[in-house]
Amino acid sequence: MKKLIRSFPLKVIALLILVIVSCILFLTYQTYGNWDFALSLRSGKLIAFVLVGIATSFATITFQTLTHNQFLTPNILGLDSLYTLVQTTIFFFFNGKQLLGSESVATFLLTIAIMVIFSVLLANFLLRKGQNNLFLLLMVGIILATLLNSITTFLQVAMNPNEFDALQTKLFASFNNINSQYFPIAAIIILILVIFLWFKSLTLDVLHLGDDQATNLGINIPSLQFSLLVVISSLIGVSTALVGPITFLGFIVANISYHFIGTYHHRQLFIGGSLIAIFLLIFGEFIVEQVFKLNTPLSSVIEFTGGIYFIGKVIYERKNG
Amino acid sequence: MIKLTDLSKKYGVKKVVSKVNLSLTTNKLTAIIGPNGAGKSTLLAMISRLVPSDTGEIFLDHQSLKTWKQNSLAKKLSLLKQASSFELKITVKELVEFGRFPYSKGHLTEVDHQKVNQALAILGLKDLVNEDISTLSGGQLQRAYIALVLAQDTDYILLDEPLNNLDMKYEVQIMKTLRYLVKELGKTIIIVIHDLNFAASYADEIIAMKNGKIFKSGLTNKIIDEKVLSKLYEIPIQIQNISGKPFCLYFN
Repeated sequence: MKKLIRSFPLKVIALLILVIVSCILFLTYQTYGNWDFALSLRSGKLIAFVLVGIATSFATITFQTLTHNQFLTPNILGLDSLYTLVQTTIFFFFNGKQLLGSESVATFLLTIAIMVIFSVLLANFLLRKGQNNLFLLLMVGIILATLLNSITTFLQVAMNPNEFDALQTKLFASFNNINSQYFPIAAIIILILVIFLWFKSLTLDVLHLGDDQATNLGINIPSLQFSLLVVISSLIGVSTALVGPITFLGFIVANISYHFIGTYHHRQLFIGGSLIAIFLLIFGEFIVEQVFKLNTPLSSVIEFTGGIYFIGKVIYERKNG
Repeated sequence: MIKLTDLSKKYGVKKVVSKVNLSLTTNKLTAIIGPNGAGKSTLLAMISRLVPSDTGEIFLDHQSLKTWKQNSLAKKLSLLKQASSFELKITVKELVEFGRFPYSKGHLTEVDHQKVNQALAILGLKDLVNEDISTLSGGQLQRAYIALVLAQDTDYILLDEPLNNLDMKYEVQIMKTLRYLVKELGKTIIIVIHDLNFAASYADEIIAMKNGKIFKSGLTNKIIDEKVLSKLYEIPIQIQNISGKPFCLYFN
């Protein structure tokens, strides 16, 4: 594949064809004549896949460049655990039902704002303390995610069962329970952030040389790290709000893009990564619906393959590194 | 002109650089020598704002380093630390083109291409321009990084052990290139170097550091002295003149 298709435009066209074919297949296969119902249901999912695919690939590729590590995803630092905790806390302390009943977009924005503040404080602290100690960064992130999850569980257990039920269905989205009411606001937020990253991408290219070399070339690393972390955590926040936490999607997408696109140019990686992510999501959902007959949720399939890929990459790097 | 006043740096409780006062002459090749752990690299890193100093000030052209804008500074002063390899595909030419980032922000102009080609030519990398840097030998990679710094076209160039990984041919070639840059292009170059003979042959001035302090600094012939060097490194060092050039002998 890599040998056959060399130039970047050809690769993009190949990916576009894959995306379009899987779209058509996904939208039209076995509708049992119920076109209106099937299309409205499936196109909603399709929009979510496109938004999540773009947000995840931009966020993960940027995050991996920022941390100079191709194993990390922003989720490993506990960003989506933070999201669930913030949602649960809001629900727990304010009257959840009222919030849900009225303007849920406000809750959505509030959650993302809180998340950005939290994660910037957290990651700023981690990056400063562990600048040359990636293992510390990873460990603290993973442990913190566990802590956040435990607090979330504690709050949920303390809740009234009815409220808990409402929280589960309304707030914790998944690929089978997409929060479609957030589509317009999510699309606008993602668009703004993606445009920001697009303009930063030439600077991101320089980051590949290492932080010292980038400083030498006139880049203000602390302020860049700060702004990028805000953007990354917002993107992950939006994505989590739409379809719930997915840890390994970003990892798979970023690494396939590095292999397939084979460049350090972030603009090409972003385009390639987004297309790959959208394709994987649509194709994955198609397989889940038509082959597994909805017996397995898409997120499990992603986590499973992602986990295998992750372990494979660790073993490969050990052998060749 | 680079001027350091009362510059100090601690890592934990260990003082790596303590109260350094120094003026570096422009348009000269200055070598910083000294035993391991003398604080040479830290000093260089502080001058190039990679490591913040604990106390003291650094003045570059009479302006405190803290008040320089990052991007203007990148057009004025460059630093090369140890060359590091790269995880993604990038050619030698693309690497060197990064040196133009402070000027072009990634959109290269005609002038940028000229500077890049010039740097590639000076370092003898013309045949390797399209090679992937992961396929280069240590020496070739080192030369590619030096070319990057050259393409950056700054008045001040700081190099931390630029001769690492190079064979004699390229060691001599790099030192000659540095002399050429000082003499013909009016650059000010400061290098940290371990090989005393290279310092003796090519440097205009030498700064000898020990235990975070300036041990002695001055013109090369003042520092390349049996007494000074033997005391600096705490081993007997003899100096022999061969065809008019001083050579340090320390193999005992």
